[in-house]
Amino acid sequence: MFKKTTHIAVAAVIAAAFSVSGAHAQSFKAENPQCIAPSNPGGGWDFICRTTAKFLFDLKVIEDSMQVTNMSGGGGGVAFAHVTKERNEDNNLIVAASMSTSARIAQGIYEGAEQDDVHFLATFGAEYGAIAVQADSKYETLTQMMDDIKADPRSVGIAGGSSVGSYDHIKPMLVAQKAGLEDVTQLKYVSFDGGGEAMTGLLSGSTEALSGDFSEMLGFLESGDIRIIAILAPERLKNFPDIPTAKEQGYDVVGANWRGLYMPAGASDEAKEFWSNAIQTMVADEGFQQTLEDAAMAEFNNFGDDMYQFVAGSIEDITKLSKEIGIIQ
Amino acid sequence: MDILSLLGAGFEVALTPQNLFLALMGCFLGTLMGALPGLGPANGVAILIPIAFSLGLGPTPSLILLTSVYYGAMYGGRISSILLNIPGDEPAMMTCLDGYPMAKQGKAGEALSLSGVASFIGAFVATCGLVVLAPQLVKIALLFGPAEYFVLFTVAFATLGGITSTNQAKSAFAAALGLGIAMIGSDSQTGSQRFTFDHIHLYDGIDFLIAIVGLFALSEVFIFLEHHRSSIARKSETPKVGRILPDFKMILRCMPSIGRGTALGFFAGVLPGAGASLGSFLAYSLEKQSVDRAGDTFGKGDPRGVAAPEAGNNAASGGALVPMLALGVPGSGTTAVLLAVLLQLNITPGPLLFTKNPEVVWGLIAALFIGNFMLLAMNIPLVGLFTRVLMVPTRILMPVVAMISFVGIYSITGSTFDVMLMVGFGVAGWVLRKLEVPLVPVILGILLGNQMEVNLRRAMTISDGDWLTLVGSPLAIILWVIAITGFVLPMYFGRRVRARMESNRHE
Repeated sequence: MFKKTTHIAVAAVIAAAFSVSGAHAQSFKAENPQCIAPSNPGGGWDFICRTTAKFLFDLKVIEDSMQVTNMSGGGGGVAFAHVTKERNEDNNLIVAASMSTSARIAQGIYEGAEQDDVHFLATFGAEYGAIAVQADSKYETLTQMMDDIKADPRSVGIAGGSSVGSYDHIKPMLVAQKAGLEDVTQLKYVSFDGGGEAMTGLLSGSTEALSGDFSEMLGFLESGDIRIIAILAPERLKNFPDIPTAKEQGYDVVGANWRGLYMPAGASDEAKEFWSNAIQTMVADEGFQQTLEDAAMAEFNNFGDDMYQFVAGSIEDITKLSKEIGIIQ
Repeated sequence: MDILSLLGAGFEVALTPQNLFLALMGCFLGTLMGALPGLGPANGVAILIPIAFSLGLGPTPSLILLTSVYYGAMYGGRISSILLNIPGDEPAMMTCLDGYPMAKQGKAGEALSLSGVASFIGAFVATCGLVVLAPQLVKIALLFGPAEYFVLFTVAFATLGGITSTNQAKSAFAAALGLGIAMIGSDSQTGSQRFTFDHIHLYDGIDFLIAIVGLFALSEVFIFLEHHRSSIARKSETPKVGRILPDFKMILRCMPSIGRGTALGFFAGVLPGAGASLGSFLAYSLEKQSVDRAGDTFGKGDPRGVAAPEAGNNAASGGALVPMLALGVPGSGTTAVLLAVLLQLNITPGPLLFTKNPEVVWGLIAALFIGNFMLLAMNIPLVGLFTRVLMVPTRILMPVVAMISFVGIYSITGSTFDVMLMVGFGVAGWVLRKLEVPLVPVILGILLGNQMEVNLRRAMTISDGDWLTLVGSPLAIILWVIAITGFVLPMYFGRRVRARMESNRHE
């Protein structure tokens, strides 16, 4: 099953060279478009909507400016239910999505939700997970930490920015499983509200390690406060060649958190095509790629059928994984 | 002197006509939004983000506009607290306790100008603190682990007795009620649902804005409805506005309170897990314990009870910028929104912000100073205008209050469920008022309950269930001492002082 997880990353590399087909005459035109960020202002989903709104308008893909609405609740479940129950035929609505969306569908956190309840439109970027320790920590390598965890799983506290069973939690569990820990649920995971708070948990010495997305750690890496002992990417990052991957240390785990959008399943085919093309135009823009790079995200594009297959695979992976480690039955 | 030259460069950025105009507009809009119940600083800033972007403003001008709204809302929140007994935003809750009685005694003008000055001093000192101490303060914030945060929240609840002069048992009941309401929603540690009855709108718990607007604003409307037929006696109640110019003697007398409130508020603001509400609460309850142990004047219109929490909440809003800029961790809802803006402007807050983007940081700090002076200049003359609200007959005012409450709550989430919930809180608030149960501890419980719980559970996870971790650091022990003193002293002193006064009277 780990081959499946690596597939996600392989797909990233293959899809990196995606080019946009020429825009053809559209029968559909967006009117008063809206993007729902299923969280409070400030998170990753909010970033998706606001970036998309800005670029689509600047690139004149849409004529009216796009309204960004924050609809927090239930880890995105409130927005999901709102779209499926009340806005199912809205042609002018897009919603921010990420790895958490598919993970929560897989774990049944969105009441009775399935992939086909909405139309997954595209992914346009991804960032890799990483494991960090304080700059003066005794752990120089992931192997040292895993040896300690194998000896006593409760000896190393790992901070993460979301709840138990979330992707931040699953990532270190996968590594521990590769390291040969029998019962990975024994891992001491301390849940914080968001990546920023989790970072304070690490910096204040409350926990020994931090599991999160690479971008959240970037500033603290450059300032010398933390050391990243492993990045969960298929190979070392171009801009950070000094950071070792987990794979090269003997733990073949890749954790890619994708960013993308979905829209109502009942929207017209023309609308679905319009939005898919709109995002492809955005992805082809250099300024957008620069924004992604500044946010420490890698290019990661999936559209149309690829997108459907990708989300289906992602949900399947998480379901298997969650069952294996006992989060769901 | 490095700081001064950097700040000078910051002022150069901020003092262009365009930026000054943006600061003025932001201050005005912010004050307005702060004064409207329901529309708090976080919503105010969020609403203005698209405006900033569609005007094509650069990073510094956008930040100037949005932080002026932020500071303005912190000023504005007190206006409806004092005039209507309805907090404009959550940190302004404590200002109701003495501000409204002052207004009832015909001292609305004094209360408004005093709180304006207190706000100014709080915000000014906090901005200075931000300039000089930001890097050092971050280290203090990092001394607080989950265990210390838990004890800090315990301090808040232990000093609760300080705020209600009437019946301790009732305020304990009110706090328990608030803590109970805070339990509703997804458990943030495990994601499991508690008391949500599979209702998706309850998954994220109950927004305390809904509780505040319901408990304070709507219950006021219900009380009015109850009394309006029998209110012939009310006619004699011609509202007195009082003097409009600030009473300098009174302000001077309140200076020590303002100083203490500022220090406590700033400290609470710097801690990312605490925030402005805790800042103004601690400022009020500790102020009461230090100057009014017997509970004679606080809660009955003591100017010091207005000055301390107002200085506290404005200082906290400045302090909250420290972890936001230096760690990228928002200390409050509003700073979370500001953080989002920074990210969108391609500025990553964090330990390197001060060296990487000095023009942004110092331009922002200069803008805060300018905004603060503008707000003071704007607020003092406007006192006269604001106090006119009191002249509006209640039969016109109350429908307006109801309308603002409904529109305000609906605009936050766009859900009718929340509006119904607010009506429910309104009825509950009416019942609680009839039973003379104080409302502030309820809100405090809702506001702090979750943070208190998750920090306890984090501490327990880290220590593998060892309770001794709660007294495991010197800082935690100091906080416990404060909590216990704050809990025991008022009982002891209150009784003794009251006894002495009784005997004096008999002599």
